[in-house]
Amino acid sequence: MSSRWMIVLVGAFGTFVLKAIGYVLPESWLAHPKVQRVSALIPVALLSALIVVNTFAIKQHLQIDARLAALIVAFIALRLKAPFVVVVVLAAATAALLRYFLNWA
Amino acid sequence: MAEAIDEPQLPTASERREVLVDAASIGLATGVYGISFGALAVTSKFTLAQTSALSLLMFTGASQFALVGIVGAAGGAAAAIGTAWMLGARNGLYALRMAELLMPRGWKRLVAAQLTIDESTGLAVRNDDGRHRSLARLGFWAAGISVFVCWNIATILGAVAANALGDPRRFGLDAAIPAAFLALLWPRLSDRTARGVGIGAAIMAIALTPVLKPGLPVLLSAIVAVVVGLWPPRKSAASGREPTEALP
Repeated sequence: MSSRWMIVLVGAFGTFVLKAIGYVLPESWLAHPKVQRVSALIPVALLSALIVVNTFAIKQHLQIDARLAALIVAFIALRLKAPFVVVVVLAAATAALLRYFLNWA
Repeated sequence: MAEAIDEPQLPTASERREVLVDAASIGLATGVYGISFGALAVTSKFTLAQTSALSLLMFTGASQFALVGIVGAAGGAAAAIGTAWMLGARNGLYALRMAELLMPRGWKRLVAAQLTIDESTGLAVRNDDGRHRSLARLGFWAAGISVFVCWNIATILGAVAANALGDPRRFGLDAAIPAAFLALLWPRLSDRTARGVGIGAAIMAIALTPVLKPGLPVLLSAIVAVVVGLWPPRKSAASGREPTEALP
């Protein structure tokens, strides 16, 4: 079995267990305010890190390229309350056009 | 006990229809995310079968996007899986609330667990006024099933389309990945604590990128959330608002 399949199956098993936990564990364990606060903030931290890493990093090397322009366009679109699909398509189009016409990386 | 406040009167047919219409439109809306996920997974060189397996088995959007994003950026298996798990942890808290509402038994418990996501919890909570609990239960099951069906069909469509396009970089699909993460983050930035955590995590991830294996900077950024979350909350009204989970 390839490592990709291992990642898919182990990853999915874990997220299922996490969902199932709430139906099995006693409420007092998870209802603690600190558990609630941390679990609301974890997605914020991880998504923020994912944004910058996927924008600036190529493996361990940092660089500024068309991906940053795409992110700025996405930011403006979100400020203008654009729906998800519009945000994603505008970002992709920005990078594609900069690469095609200006030869950006 | 929940039974004590159950159904003083039954919900009307039109109330039930309204919940079903909401569930259908939520399903269609998440289909758009599903198409993006399918396309981005293929961009990260997952096969159609692997991409589809993620939507069927993992079935929680942010975790799936993170997993393919990290693997696509040459991150290790542990970092990809660990990040996906942490993003999925909030479903456990939704489940806690849904367990009390649904009280599923036997195999229905497994199905309920798999369908416990932002959208199903959101529609259940929105219809739970303590009076019509059967409407809340209907909201959970209807949104859960509707999103499951749309999400999985859309994933396949997105993956097939991206495969047909060829080089994903030519169409800027790699640059759409951070945009998708920003759109997922957006509704969670409603208070100052959350914005501070986001900025702190971003700075930490960038600082660690040159020195750690890809994927680990993302995983470790969760430390910022843990430290801030465990910090005693300030009492002042100006900044004392608790971070709340973004439900639709």
